[in-house]
Amino acid sequence: MEKRFMDSQIKGVSTGTTILAVTFNGGVIIGSDSRASIGGYYVSSKTINKLIQVHDRIFCCIAGSLADAQAVTKAAKFQISFHSIQMESPPLVKAAASVLKELCYNNKEELQAGFITAGWDRKKGPQVYTVALGGMLLSQPFTIGGSGSTYIYGYADAKYKPDMSKEECLQFATNALALAMGRDNVSGGVAHLVVITEEGVEHIVIPGDKLPKFHDE
Amino acid sequence: MALSNVVETPASGFNFENVCRNVALEGLLQGGQTKAPKPMKTGTTIAGVLCKNGVVLGADTRATSGEVVADKMCAKIHYISPNIYCCGAGTAADTEKTTDLLSSNLTIFSMNSGRNPRVVMAVNILQDMLFRYRGQIGASLILGGVDCTGNHLYKVGPYGSIDNVPYLAMGSGDLAALGILEDRFKADMEMEEAKELVRDAIHSGIMSDLGSGNNIDICVITKQGVDYIRPYQESEYKDKRQRRYKYRPGTTSILTEKIVPLELEVVQETVQRMDTA
Repeated sequence: MEKRFMDSQIKGVSTGTTILAVTFNGGVIIGSDSRASIGGYYVSSKTINKLIQVHDRIFCCIAGSLADAQAVTKAAKFQISFHSIQMESPPLVKAAASVLKELCYNNKEELQAGFITAGWDRKKGPQVYTVALGGMLLSQPFTIGGSGSTYIYGYADAKYKPDMSKEECLQFATNALALAMGRDNVSGGVAHLVVITEEGVEHIVIPGDKLPKFHDE
Repeated sequence: MALSNVVETPASGFNFENVCRNVALEGLLQGGQTKAPKPMKTGTTIAGVLCKNGVVLGADTRATSGEVVADKMCAKIHYISPNIYCCGAGTAADTEKTTDLLSSNLTIFSMNSGRNPRVVMAVNILQDMLFRYRGQIGASLILGGVDCTGNHLYKVGPYGSIDNVPYLAMGSGDLAALGILEDRFKADMEMEEAKELVRDAIHSGIMSDLGSGNNIDICVITKQGVDYIRPYQESEYKDKRQRRYKYRPGTTSILTEKIVPLELEVVQETVQRMDTA
């Protein structure tokens, strides 16, 4: 097992991955694949959960070192709950993203993990934030991340429309994930999608064989 | 805090005292020519499977130190609590100490809170500790147990990553064992079928991996209790050692006998009164 650790830039299990989050009219969809790899050629888990719920209407998806990401989200979950109890109201998505950003920025030498935070709050509605490796925080209408995202920048830029309906947005997210998983060797498994709206949270799982197929597959 | 032993954040930073000591020792030992012995690793095959009524954990029993088999009957399935057991792969000392620490903490927690520990709590404690040491603790663990929320099986990596899975294998023989598990695992298996599956998976690891061998231990955890079968299956390649090397008196004949009395003189005498009031 040790030999597999040697080659990878990331020590231990890494989620070489495809993650994305897209806002639509009334909510936000956050999605990821489910593969965890070691060293780029051993799949250590086909069913890893990369969509972590940090609060009732706020999810974050993880990329990079699995150990680092799990540790950061655990700390973030605690801090966000505590913040929410102190404020006596649900936290803003921006607050949750900031907590992650603080953890990533202050420990940037030791950590190798990036996040996408997405959720719904009463103040600004559906939002998506990226927290990059070094601790940069950016708000965008939609964002893609992970190693598999490089293959779908063109698709995402061309096909995204603001104010989509939930069905259109689901189709967009599913297609994007399928395309990335089709080209990136460290992304794969099943597609996890979570739809977050004011009403609640809906978790959709699409097994690998039910993903949309494009030509030449 | 009543549960302080478990929830207390330990002193920040790493404790690398022993590393400094080892480096100093190596320098002392004939100017660095003698090398410290290599740490005992459990190049190993461990596996776990969730079945209908509980969890089945299995392990081989070989511990290697470099190319030598250091222990042929190593116990790799460690007790954590009456309902939780943990298989460990990696450096033998690390897995032993980590699981011991976890077991102690959980016992204190049970006494303080009056509740049986949950598997998820054990996993979280392990994750926190291993992450804090950034992979320096070479312990890859399979944690399995039955608690009030059901049967659980977790995989804990040396860097502190965790994964909740229905079946898994770890150690140097994991690929061989995983082949068997991937082929024959089904959800909600019967207990006997699960035991056979784990046995076959470990056996496959023993056959295909040099770092695994000797006997197979199996631990079955159910709501009713734990059945730790050690060994479940003995190796076919056992050597027959005599083990007792005692010789009866008279085996070696006495040729001459010389008795020299030892003369002692009293140098100092002190009397100390003992009060037994």
